[in-house]
Amino acid sequence: MTATLPSQDQAASEAPTTVRTLTLAGAINAGLRAAMDRDPKVVLMGEDIGALGGVFRVTDGLHKDFGERRVIDTPLAESGIVGTAIGMSMRGYRPVVEIQFDGFIFPAYDQITTSLAKLHYRSQGRVSVPVVIRVPYAGGIGAIEHHSESPEALFAHTPGLRIITPATPQDGFDMIQQAIASPDPVMFFEPKARYWDKGEVDTARVAGQLGADAGASAGTAEMSSARIASPGTDVTLLAYGPTVRLALQAAAVAAKDGISVEVIDLRSISPIDFDTVIASVKRTGRAVVVHEAPVAFGTGAEIAARINELAFFRLEAPVLRVGGFHTPYPGSTHEHDYLPSLDRVLDAVDAVMAH
Amino acid sequence: MAGIGPLSEEGLVRLLDHKGERVEDSRFGPYAADITADDLRGFWRDMMLTRAFDNESTSLQRQGELGLWVASLGQEAAQIGSASVLRDPDYVFPSYREHGVALKRGIDLPEILRTFRGHQHGAWDPAAHNFHLYTLVIGAHSLHAVGYAQAMDWDGLVGSGKPESDGAVICYFGDGATSQGDVNEALIFASVNNAPIVFFVQNNQFAISESTTRQSKVPLAQRADGVGMENVRVDGNDVIAVHAVTAWAMEHARSGAGPVMIEALTYRMGAHTTSDDPTKYRTRADEDYWRERDPIARLEAHLNALGELPEEFVEAVAAECKEMGKRTREAVRSWPKPPKHLIFEHVYAEPHARVEAERTWFENYEATFADAEVAR
Repeated sequence: MTATLPSQDQAASEAPTTVRTLTLAGAINAGLRAAMDRDPKVVLMGEDIGALGGVFRVTDGLHKDFGERRVIDTPLAESGIVGTAIGMSMRGYRPVVEIQFDGFIFPAYDQITTSLAKLHYRSQGRVSVPVVIRVPYAGGIGAIEHHSESPEALFAHTPGLRIITPATPQDGFDMIQQAIASPDPVMFFEPKARYWDKGEVDTARVAGQLGADAGASAGTAEMSSARIASPGTDVTLLAYGPTVRLALQAAAVAAKDGISVEVIDLRSISPIDFDTVIASVKRTGRAVVVHEAPVAFGTGAEIAARINELAFFRLEAPVLRVGGFHTPYPGSTHEHDYLPSLDRVLDAVDAVMAH
Repeated sequence: MAGIGPLSEEGLVRLLDHKGERVEDSRFGPYAADITADDLRGFWRDMMLTRAFDNESTSLQRQGELGLWVASLGQEAAQIGSASVLRDPDYVFPSYREHGVALKRGIDLPEILRTFRGHQHGAWDPAAHNFHLYTLVIGAHSLHAVGYAQAMDWDGLVGSGKPESDGAVICYFGDGATSQGDVNEALIFASVNNAPIVFFVQNNQFAISESTTRQSKVPLAQRADGVGMENVRVDGNDVIAVHAVTAWAMEHARSGAGPVMIEALTYRMGAHTTSDDPTKYRTRADEDYWRERDPIARLEAHLNALGELPEEFVEAVAAECKEMGKRTREAVRSWPKPPKHLIFEHVYAEPHARVEAERTWFENYEATFADAEVAR
């Protein structure tokens, strides 16, 4: 790899100029750019990601600056995109593919679960497939069907994949680079309703950590770690991606009622950072999980079960889940009835407090 | 044989008829012009060895030593003929029946059986042989092959005019795979990206029990017409014609001229796998017809007519085949059961908290058995 970004020392001395206010989409774009600058083997692939810059403009400008060989407009074929990326990664490339919308990932499901997830295992580690799959996911943007789904648990159930999802612009910038640096296949779920949320992003921080000689390990460790987004003492509210902001709103409202809510942004669904989760629940004695995906068989089910196993005698109340119904994602007219709302989250917080 | 459709002989390139007599072909004949009697004996030996290994593996499955076996019986010419033109820089993506190709790529054939004995999913180092692992998901590897080929192109290994480094990918799959979406996507991706790849379809006339006529109404090579890809049909039981056609196709791909699809019309003389019963779906007459077109017998007849198959060579190959069978049998029976912790190895390239937690749980569980033998 060629280091073209500042070293850690340089980054520190230039720190004031490296902090920028970016949207989540802009931060991921900056992260992609940093990774592409650093490593000529990083290539982007997907539908409409070239001149258009992607339907959410996450790859905006990259085609112009890196050319059509590194920012590749593909045929309209999701399985083909993932399958060819696997072959490229076998030759040392680091393809970052974009699936245009969550609901269109299923044509690629076979390639992801039977090939991408398993080649390292099947080959006893001889074949590495460091492919990143970017998936704009989740709802709340008034889209039509197949454009608002949350299929993360389907993939988290498959060994061999890492599933991560940023909730903030800084994490978007950091975690996309960590995903690319990871030697494992990573599914990078991007909460599309948060694409336009703005935040301060230190664009030197991760670049310094993941410099030319840093290797992949540091990056992977960080992206697998949960983040305490807001400390509290009464209830642990577990969220990720699109629901982190909602959880923080709930914590703020609950605080007015004298309930201290600790919000944990999981960031990683596979693996889940249970060290952080269990430590928090042991402090608070209560847990509520909030996600957009259907509750049944979902990420929240895994978390609730694990808390039962590891913190049962510290629980003051059963673990509750707030999420989508066991229905297809509804038309946009009804999506706000389907999605976890502030009221539903607060009701769950009240319920665990009432025990 | 039917006059039209995927089982017809329409457009088949043939350089050796089924009685072992040479046939002229102005386009592809020149690609076989340099083949010597030594080369032909080499083809014959490789086909014999492949068949000996295959037969032994079938027996081992019948004896309960293997969970399953996927025979290549009858497809030796398609495999040895095509693989005989490959060079070191070329990369092979097989499906799961390419034992003859594996032989040509330097795989120690008994090693393949580790997979079929249930010890592991892939027994060889693909990079050491430029021969990818077998892929059981029909056609999935065709996309991996295209991506790999594109990356070879990016790496400057195509069309540079340097025969020592220029290479291409060859991807094998069967007639059933041509119905898969992945294979169609692979053809499209290869075509629009001008990828250096040869798709080698072994039309062995059956996808388990279904005739190729259930997969297509036209010769399979015509699928390539739809994406603007060069294609050719060849008699897959004619090792010389397969050699010639593949030599042309690989050169085409290596030179940067783009992808090619080859359809080799052959016949799966055995079952799909050892779980299969072909008597339920095909006739004795068909089997007899194709037995007369046995790829090994055909070349043998040709060599005998030329007086180029001396008895001592035949005996030497027979001894080699016997040794292959013996070594295969002994190897399979000698392998110790792999240690249990292998379940947890290589799921991820870097430690994964869930896998590590379950590994720890399992180790602790195993340790609770007082007698280590009980746990084994």
